[in-house]
Amino acid sequence: MSKVAFRRWRLGNASALAASIPMVLTALVVYLGCTLWTIGYSFTNSRLLPNAEWTGLSQYRRLWTTRRWLISIENLAIYGAMMLVLSLVLGFVLAAMLDRKIRFENTFRAIFLYPYALSFIVTGLVWQWLLNPEFGIQRFVRELGLADFSFDPLYSPQLVLIGVIAAALWHGIGLVMCLMLAGLRGIDEDIWKATRVDGISTWKTYLFIILPMMRNVFVTALVLITSGIIKLYDLIIAQTGGGPGLSSEVPAKYVFDYLFQSQNLGQAFAASTMMLVAVTFVIIPWAILEFGGKKRA
Amino acid sequence: MKHWLRATVAALGLITANANATEMEVTHWWTSGSEAAAVRVLAEAFNATGNVWKDGAIAGAGGVARPLITSRITGGDPMGATQFTHGKAMKELVQAGLMRDVTDLANREGWLDKIRPQSLLQDCTYEGRVYCVPSNIHSQQWLWLGHKAFETAGLPVPKDWSEFVAAAPTLEKKGIVPLATGRQPWQIQLLFNVLMVSIGGPQVFEKVYGDKDAEVAAGPDVAKVFAAAADARRLAKKSNVQEWNMATQMVIDGRAAGQIMGDWVQGEFEQAGLTAGKDYDCLAGLGVYPYITTAGDAFYFPKVKSREIEAAQEALASVIADAAVQVKFSLIKGALPVRGDVEVKDASVCMKKGLDILAKGQVIRSVNSLLSPDSVGRITDLVVEFFSDDSFTAERAQNEFTTIIESAD
Repeated sequence: MSKVAFRRWRLGNASALAASIPMVLTALVVYLGCTLWTIGYSFTNSRLLPNAEWTGLSQYRRLWTTRRWLISIENLAIYGAMMLVLSLVLGFVLAAMLDRKIRFENTFRAIFLYPYALSFIVTGLVWQWLLNPEFGIQRFVRELGLADFSFDPLYSPQLVLIGVIAAALWHGIGLVMCLMLAGLRGIDEDIWKATRVDGISTWKTYLFIILPMMRNVFVTALVLITSGIIKLYDLIIAQTGGGPGLSSEVPAKYVFDYLFQSQNLGQAFAASTMMLVAVTFVIIPWAILEFGGKKRA
Repeated sequence: MKHWLRATVAALGLITANANATEMEVTHWWTSGSEAAAVRVLAEAFNATGNVWKDGAIAGAGGVARPLITSRITGGDPMGATQFTHGKAMKELVQAGLMRDVTDLANREGWLDKIRPQSLLQDCTYEGRVYCVPSNIHSQQWLWLGHKAFETAGLPVPKDWSEFVAAAPTLEKKGIVPLATGRQPWQIQLLFNVLMVSIGGPQVFEKVYGDKDAEVAAGPDVAKVFAAAADARRLAKKSNVQEWNMATQMVIDGRAAGQIMGDWVQGEFEQAGLTAGKDYDCLAGLGVYPYITTAGDAFYFPKVKSREIEAAQEALASVIADAAVQVKFSLIKGALPVRGDVEVKDASVCMKKGLDILAKGQVIRSVNSLLSPDSVGRITDLVVEFFSDDSFTAERAQNEFTTIIESAD
């Protein structure tokens, strides 16, 4: 390396470094710093304002004996599993249907994607009204003549999650469908020609040939859906408020309520630390699979 | 360019013209019909002092508004003044030195010792200084009964809780919901704690929440309370509304027979043109123990940097405590005035009952004053779950309640 080239390299590196310093600082201070701060204070008995009185694991002990937290975790697990499966399956089926070169494809795509433009608050309110027995679907069907028709999932502890999932699917399915559709369009025409020559039926082609080829699209969709699941909060607030009773509570709402309503920072931090742990358990295996795998290849 | 310049000059002129009228933001969560009308009384009186009331109404109940308000104050973006409920919730902010002391102003204007009952000040007094101006007293221990529903069912209007429970089957046969209840957690909590005062009695209430006596909490008196709560759960089963004023509307329309709610409900009845004693009735302490809690609302003034806002804060404080404003405001809001030296002439039958109880001193401190928000939150979670699940037995609920009381603070 000549002297000039070396200096250029040094300079270039310095300016790149200078440019990235704000982002590095943000990542270190805001993300990492605040995360560590939160974890640290989850071992204290802070109430409305942080206080550094160490109480060990007592917040965690209380957390895991509080039924509301256990219900929240269970709800998130049910919601998460159903959302993952239904979003991917329905998203793919819808995309495959649009991919059959149907008429008005653009129109359908717009209709399916449109709900995604709405916020979760609006989605929640719309579905709350739709599912409200006094002026929603139940009333509509009753006025059609079926006087005994009863449909009020949001008022039944057993069915309330179904109501929430319906709203969330309606909101998010369009995006998954568009991703899948883009993936399908990326498949080479020749593959289709080849399968036709070999006489493989359409559904078999989709399931055994196209699907494995769309792995990357599925991973992208998976990350988007999962991040949406963990932060589930605003939809619940708008649609059910956690009710009836505690039957649609979620972890994020637990954190928020303890943070502000119960004014118990310590308890809220313990809960949010548990959420962080849960996310880490999902992300680390995925990251190893995704990035570690590539290095070996 | 010229237009732009002219507009700027004009705008600057406007600002200077209004320079002596300080605009101050006041946050509150009074948004129902009668509440909004009551806020207008305050706003008009405040504007008359030469300041400008910037309304910061927060939709949703205290559960939504309180976090917003506290986080704005702790986050360094305080409003000029805010409505808040009495209780321990504000205490930490006061201790942290974020709120303004109004003792000197109150002494200067001579209303500090006029506040009745003085326990209203207890909650916002810290190291001998007063940090709030009480605006009104609200009592919660009321069962409101709509005459219309009882006429439809051909029943006399009940005189107490047990008569009400006995009337329920007949009401239900006519398709009337016996007990209207909004499904929001704070309303369920309110209902439960009303039962605690009215069925358990004021002494039990004081022992359980004041002394945190777990033995009493596990005892037969509280068992009666939970049995009554199970009754209430059954009677309110068909009540599918969320907001308290929607529940009141059910009573007004005759779709429901009664509602357990604070005296602010009265404002809604009055707005609908109903007369107390004729179209609706009220049973203090559910007709069993006529005791009321006197937690009300108060205004708090966060510390601010601007001198103008400080002056406006003082103006608002004196407006709220003003005798004439007190009378007008309480009448519209359906609340009781905080001053013992004012006479409410046009008080309704129900309001007179309340004033009477107040004069007799049959008052108790509210849950929010006796327990920390954290403990109240845990009790709320318990009763909310209890109310939504028919298979949750009263015995099991009482056991869990006792556990909470053991560690309550």
